[in-house]
Amino acid sequence: MPVKPLLTKDFATEGLAQLKVYERSGGYSGFKKALETQPDDLVELVKKSGLRGRGGAGFPTGSKWSFLPKGVYPRYLVCNADESEPGCFKDRYLIENSPHQVLEGILIASYAIGCNLAFIYIRGEYLPQHDALEAAIAEARQAGYIGRNVLGKGYDIDVILHRGAGAYICGEETALLTSLEGYRGEPRLKPPFPAIKGLYGKPTVVNNVETVCNLPHIVLNGADWFKAIGTPTGSGTRLWCMSGHVNRPGNYEMENGTPIRELIEEQGGGVWKNRKLKAFQPGGASMMVLLPEHLDVGLDFDAIQKAGSLAGAGAIVVMDETTCMVDAARRYVKFFHHESCGKCTPCREGTFWMANIFDAMEAGEAKPADIDLLLDIGYGIDGRSFCPLGDASTWFPRSVIKFFRDEFQQHISEKGCPFKKSVQEAVA
Amino acid sequence: MPLANSTVEHIRDLAARYPSKQSAIIPALWAVQHEQGYVTKEAMAEIAEHLGLPSSLIEATASFYSMFLTKPEGRHDVVICVNAPCMLRGADEMAAYLQRALGVRDGQTTSDGAITWHSTIECLGACGGAPMMQVDHHFEENLTEERIDTIVERLRQPGAAGGGAVVAAAEPPKRKVAAKRVRTEN
Repeated sequence: MPVKPLLTKDFATEGLAQLKVYERSGGYSGFKKALETQPDDLVELVKKSGLRGRGGAGFPTGSKWSFLPKGVYPRYLVCNADESEPGCFKDRYLIENSPHQVLEGILIASYAIGCNLAFIYIRGEYLPQHDALEAAIAEARQAGYIGRNVLGKGYDIDVILHRGAGAYICGEETALLTSLEGYRGEPRLKPPFPAIKGLYGKPTVVNNVETVCNLPHIVLNGADWFKAIGTPTGSGTRLWCMSGHVNRPGNYEMENGTPIRELIEEQGGGVWKNRKLKAFQPGGASMMVLLPEHLDVGLDFDAIQKAGSLAGAGAIVVMDETTCMVDAARRYVKFFHHESCGKCTPCREGTFWMANIFDAMEAGEAKPADIDLLLDIGYGIDGRSFCPLGDASTWFPRSVIKFFRDEFQQHISEKGCPFKKSVQEAVA
Repeated sequence: MPLANSTVEHIRDLAARYPSKQSAIIPALWAVQHEQGYVTKEAMAEIAEHLGLPSSLIEATASFYSMFLTKPEGRHDVVICVNAPCMLRGADEMAAYLQRALGVRDGQTTSDGAITWHSTIECLGACGGAPMMQVDHHFEENLTEERIDTIVERLRQPGAAGGGAVVAAAEPPKRKVAAKRVRTEN
């Protein structure tokens, strides 16, 4: 029996962003059902469903909720819509097409954890998406889904939409909370984890947009139904953002465990211009490179980790045979350098140092010893940074050196990029 | 230039909305930038006054976030992404073309004051439509030289509306998700 997509199943419906249309396709019936259920039972339901966070780490959502200390109030739910991982554009797509689905998920999560004030932290660049959510919140308030004594059930909930202002680091949950409190978006030491001491020092759950979008469906159809989709350790579907050298880039919702080959070759129409696949990333800028031999790996947190990379935020970046792997790594390293918050030395100085070496590589000024120097710097950053931003800055470049060391050597011996005649006159 | 009364009122409303008035700093900076186009030290001092916080705190926060402008720019803001997913689909060539079309370098404003452009390594979240650029907060995807010409020409018109109006006409049809998933029941 073919399984239909979950989160995107109604996206072809015209006007889905409007409350009336969303309700006609079953919208808010999950929230209504949730309000008839004891909050603790909802936490158990989500635990049992096996839902794992879709923001990148894949942590079980129900467990995250259950870490909140008993009897400590107020407690907050923060929906992380600060999507900024290069290669990733799924949250934007979910918000644009169905802002009420996001909102309904937030309301269910808030009710389940006993929160009366929820926040959505959306990246500053997503202004039209911000406006779509704002309109949805106004409609939901009007309809009585948000406010005091929601639907006569004695539950109070308010939602504040908060706009960021251009900082990748604010996608990291503790930096996000610091930013939401009005400070510079620098991460905090864990522990204490946000569940114990989060926003304003109160117990807080931070959940990704795609994670909360799953909740209405789980509440309506049950944990067993959800668990039957996907793999034993990866229930449900995921949205995969496909970009790069593929014929049909875009968002694709796939059942967990589907071979990567099916996504790239069938959904995406294969590598463009009839070229060969050289490499791909399964989880956005941070993640280690995979090779054509990994095409039969399943789209799943655990399977991708076993293959030597990470599924991260679910972004597949496809690179064909003409790609300069050194330049691809250079862009990402420059990105992490640009986005490093500067709080800790390994990340602040290390990304700067790596970026300089990569610039020298492309400019034909690198020395043979620079390849091992890059690995050394990476070793000095990874596991020694304050937060995962620094660690992640080293994963892709180090994996590229491992698999494509000859390209680095070529850049050095040929004094420049063998793939490009003229390089970035207008590039930062 | 003192803030408009409506902006001040908005900032005070914001402070009352959040459990901590400090959380209103970023929304207040947005409100000021929306009114004046950029955020001066004087405006930050005003925000501080209305929120009852030291202005050093407002400046510390403002200087962290790349989207707050400290000086006036052109009437339209054009940003082109050159991170890897966009690079793979020709963003460098588009950036070079845009630079030639505008006749000013990365980070500068055209002589008619119409457009300030810069390239960015920060992913804007439109990799599926690469190469892309952001025009006044709206995304222009699947760029070609011809499309850049059309966009630039429109933005140069003295009365050209913000990116919204421009984009509405030029945006390609929304891509539908192709969500075919096959599963066998055992």
